[in-house]
Amino acid sequence: MSTPHSRPTAATHKLDDVDRRLVRASQGGLPLVPRPYHQLADQLGLPPEEVIGRLRAMLDSGVIRRIGVVPNHYALGYVANGMTVWDVDDARIDALGEAVGRLDCVSHCYRRPRRPPMWPYNLFAMVHGHSREEVETQAEHIAALLGPALRARDILYSSHILKKTGLRLTEPASGER
Amino acid sequence: MSPTARPLDELDRRIINLMQGDFPLAERPFLAFADRLNVSERQLIARIERLLQERTLTRFGPLFNADRMGGVNLLAAMAVPEADYEEIALVVNAQPEVAHNYRREHALNMWFVVAAETPRRAEKACARIETSTGLEVFRFPKEREYFVELRLQA
Repeated sequence: MSTPHSRPTAATHKLDDVDRRLVRASQGGLPLVPRPYHQLADQLGLPPEEVIGRLRAMLDSGVIRRIGVVPNHYALGYVANGMTVWDVDDARIDALGEAVGRLDCVSHCYRRPRRPPMWPYNLFAMVHGHSREEVETQAEHIAALLGPALRARDILYSSHILKKTGLRLTEPASGER
Repeated sequence: MSPTARPLDELDRRIINLMQGDFPLAERPFLAFADRLNVSERQLIARIERLLQERTLTRFGPLFNADRMGGVNLLAAMAVPEADYEEIALVVNAQPEVAHNYRREHALNMWFVVAAETPRRAEKACARIETSTGLEVFRFPKEREYFVELRLQA
């Protein structure tokens, strides 16, 4: 477990064209060979040290969140994936959002705009459980934490993964900035 | 979607629990994990390959964060008529900027993340989806990130 928590104003790491080629070559996954970075280097016509150095710089700046396996929730038995959403008093939301984000059961926690009348909620917290009962129990903990600042709530369960590929850079974006 | 047919064994679980981060940036990066898992480098690679084929893993490699490149991860949602759901899912999924898409139980029943290297590209992807589907895309840009760290225990 690593990663700083709240980061509203992170400095950005501008990618150059070589970085972007490297992202495109690795975003679908690393080659499953003993020397994956060497294979990427061969593919890109770069020295392996440069591939590793650039990936390290991206990891250090947070452009890469982490390197590893990405499990499918459902295959691990996390069949109840609830996006819990809350209408929280604007004056209290930042302090409360930090507190909700610190709960062990919450994997992602954000403040987002309301879209009235369809959508009154401004706090989003993802809760993954083995059953809906488990998610609902966790949601009660969140509700208790929000206390009187809470005005409305809902849980949106996902019933189907329609796509899960992660970021895909397409052709170079230079000239668009 | 359905859980994998083959039940996970001890090695699968240990790989999942140990390897969601910290994969080394080294010449032979599998070696250190293979040692900790008491398998050979070749066995570890073969097992990761199998877990990917079985779709127990959706990916293996770096997880990129568009935000930190000066881009965006924009959460968006649509209220899709049931009769058109599959067709519209194809249109949305066909956009390369759509990184994730989930069906959810709500009037807003399709929720997707548009990840792009620039805000303008994300906006263009949303506009393309609106033009091709005739449906409104509700945009939920993040205003504050309080916490992000998803690691699942197998």
